[in-house]
Amino acid sequence: MAPVQAQVLPINPDSGIVPVKVRDGIDLEINGEHYLHTGDPQMPLLWYLRDVLQLTGTKYGDAHGESGADLVLLDGKAVSAITLPVAKLAGRQVTTVEGLAADDGTLHPLQQAFIDEDAIGCGYCTPGWLIAAADLLRRKKQPSDGDIDQLPNLCRCGCQTRVRRAIKRVAAGKAAQP
Amino acid sequence: MSEQRINDTIQLERRRFLQVLAAGAGVLMIGIRVADAADAPLPPALLGDTFYDLGAYVRIDSDSNVLIGARDPDTGTGVATALPRIIADELDADWNQVSVILLGLGVADDKGQPRWIYGRQIGGTGSSIPAAWGDLRQAGALARWLLLQAAARRLGMPANQLRCDAGTVIALDGRRLSYGSLVDDASAIALPDKLPPLKTADRYQLIGKPAGDVDAHGIVTGQAHFALDEQDGEALVAVLAHCPWPDGTLERIDTADTLAVKGVVKVMQLTPEPGQPWGSTVIAPAVAVLAEDTWSALQGRQKLKLEWKPGASGSESSAALEQQAVALLADSTTPPTARVRNDGDVDAAGKKAARRLQASYFQPWLAHATAEPMNCLVRLDKDRARAIVPTQAPQKAWAVVQRLTGLAPAQIEIRVPRVGGGYGRRLDHDFVAEAVMLAKAVGKPVRLLWTREQDLGHDYYRSGSVHQFSAIIDRKRRVIGWDQRMASASALAHRGVPDNRLWTSELQADQLPAGLLPNFRSDWYALESAIPRGPTRGMPHLSNAFAVESFIDEIAHLLKENPLDTRLRLLGEARQLPLGTGGTLDVGRLLNVLQLVADRIEWKNWLRSVNGLGIACWHVDGAYVAHAVEAAMQGEKLIIQRVVCAVDVGRVINPLGLEGQVAGATLDALSAALNLAITFKGGQIQQHSYKDYPLASMAQLPDAVEVITVPGDRTPTGASFLAMPTAAPALANAVFRASAVRVRRLPLMKELLRLL
Repeated sequence: MAPVQAQVLPINPDSGIVPVKVRDGIDLEINGEHYLHTGDPQMPLLWYLRDVLQLTGTKYGDAHGESGADLVLLDGKAVSAITLPVAKLAGRQVTTVEGLAADDGTLHPLQQAFIDEDAIGCGYCTPGWLIAAADLLRRKKQPSDGDIDQLPNLCRCGCQTRVRRAIKRVAAGKAAQP
Repeated sequence: MSEQRINDTIQLERRRFLQVLAAGAGVLMIGIRVADAADAPLPPALLGDTFYDLGAYVRIDSDSNVLIGARDPDTGTGVATALPRIIADELDADWNQVSVILLGLGVADDKGQPRWIYGRQIGGTGSSIPAAWGDLRQAGALARWLLLQAAARRLGMPANQLRCDAGTVIALDGRRLSYGSLVDDASAIALPDKLPPLKTADRYQLIGKPAGDVDAHGIVTGQAHFALDEQDGEALVAVLAHCPWPDGTLERIDTADTLAVKGVVKVMQLTPEPGQPWGSTVIAPAVAVLAEDTWSALQGRQKLKLEWKPGASGSESSAALEQQAVALLADSTTPPTARVRNDGDVDAAGKKAARRLQASYFQPWLAHATAEPMNCLVRLDKDRARAIVPTQAPQKAWAVVQRLTGLAPAQIEIRVPRVGGGYGRRLDHDFVAEAVMLAKAVGKPVRLLWTREQDLGHDYYRSGSVHQFSAIIDRKRRVIGWDQRMASASALAHRGVPDNRLWTSELQADQLPAGLLPNFRSDWYALESAIPRGPTRGMPHLSNAFAVESFIDEIAHLLKENPLDTRLRLLGEARQLPLGTGGTLDVGRLLNVLQLVADRIEWKNWLRSVNGLGIACWHVDGAYVAHAVEAAMQGEKLIIQRVVCAVDVGRVINPLGLEGQVAGATLDALSAALNLAITFKGGQIQQHSYKDYPLASMAQLPDAVEVITVPGDRTPTGASFLAMPTAAPALANAVFRASAVRVRRLPLMKELLRLL
């Protein structure tokens, strides 16, 4: 059999195959994965995470982001996911609580410290605290009590004193490093 | 391996039995349930729905892994950790080999009536631990007894020469058998005639030792599911627009714009069912928007054009209700709705008064503001209903589903994942009624979500109250009489409770200083309101402790006395005082917690401290609590510098969990006292967001709560709200020392700034 020569095969005009444009949509990067959002660009990130991706760690607290339960990291900075339309996210990196741990499951030092200090009430607002604290520690390796006071989160169970201890534990390097 | 089935039972109490459920598949299972010959064989894995059919408290696998069921909903109280540890300790299990599963509702069909497989199932009311102490230990003890018998046969030696430790049976001669290696044999052993004896306290391995929350890993990684995180492929998302008035009506509705929103499927109306008590049906007329996803539903709701017409409640205001209360209490000719207690003769004592002190305290309406808003996922099939409910009381959720579907008891499945806060709100199931009604009408599963605006605006609130006190003091500076009048709107109204019991949600006959004084009178005056009320965390202690413990400080001030000394004089000698509820007030334990916080905060500096020191103590259902607070004013800013809390709950199951409950309840109470009030005008609630109902920020709260737990061996009591009542009065008493301003009205910050 003679060797096959490279050649351009003409498309049979009767084949019915026509080239299709790449789908329009917003390129979202969430926890290192890319997603193409083709729905309403005004959909808040919170509902995209929860209803579309079923990443439910980020919680609904209220419509204005006042509770802090809906915080995510946007390019490392804590922002409210319910007031953030997905339209604004092209080319930016979102990290949710599900993305804090390393790929091999090793916990983020804050996650470990929250476990070590039992800094958990009902646990509903905990992801928001973790995100806010991760942002704080990114900005200040040794946050003061005054810095910790600035965390925006609300918690009726009263986990604040234990959250404070957990953050200080990480700042002091007492939690396991990832 | 041939299948074995043992349905031996030991009578535990009427209609409930400890039972061994076993198949020869390398497992030993202990449950509290009724033997049922039709039980399906055990599945190889206890995963998913199948587990909920098993009714097991304890399952030991041949690889020695132990699965323990937690029966009470965990709303952040730690019972999903504490209850299984009670069983695990009795079983001598290795906690590292234990996995905990939330059981959901256990219900069987008993000739058409529900039979509660796990006994009582209720969370966040302080009764989980005492109840578990009564029955759950027996499940662990029975499993351990069976394993010991199996080991005795295997080793050919009597069971009394064997002991259990961390999942292993150890013989006197040093031979060891893992629990896993014994489960097949243990499953085949006949049950004893009597329940095996429980461990003595000196042999506890887990009880009294600290343990972190069993769900902690799932929570910090975002993997733990709350009800709101549950999905059902076909479910429509429902959001509601409630009528601003519980007794209002819908005048006009235009749904055109809503139905034009992409994703919106249907708009439906909901109406409270006449005759149903509060908490069992829709809380107020509502219009529901059902859509394919939450965002579409919310957009659709925004585009609804609704006109509501107020009912009779449309003229109510919280300010007018308070004025009414003041007028009621001021008029000595009006008989009380209930004379709660009347010791001695207060009027006669008044004639011997050297001095009298009078003061009134005003406390606002409060909302629950649970972190996870009301929600419910309901699927109705022909012969089956499944609801995933964030509830504190799954049996009550069941009752609502049953009434609305007419299904047989066991055809209704209530699953309860971890719950995002309860505080009493989830003892009511209006939102379950809403979800079931919608699912029925639309013929599809429904995932109902309340927004925060609704949560704050449509609640079963804690009523505002006015306390009016009068103390009678004799020439020897002794308080010889105490006349107290309280007015509030009962949380038990519209709930089928007889009128003469409505006071029981508002105050207790035995609350301090009852029993300590020769002449004591406590009267309650009912306020009428159409604004819904219901159980709230710490009720009725929260409002009463604030008023009483503030007033005792005022007495101390009048007498120019150290307020700790005034309290010590009032409490008197350590002794047992009988309570009307059948228990006793152990004055010694109360004195102890009071002294502990006083010592820790260095009360001896009370007079000369630059900062203000405040103190308060209380007793709740056989448990004792005291707070001491150190506070300072920096201009108009209140700084809470130190908070100490001592509690005596009897035996402590999980010290780490208890510390969390005590610190948490302290912060919750401070947050409410500092900032929170629900008000209404024209019958409409005026708070719609956290801006209007500002839970305390991290900056407002103390950096730490120093928790002292008194070791003890008495039957454990619950602690989910124990540390709430005394936090606010200790703070107000400290604020008085720091600012010379006596705050008699909450929320404290607003009143303090007004008076400064």
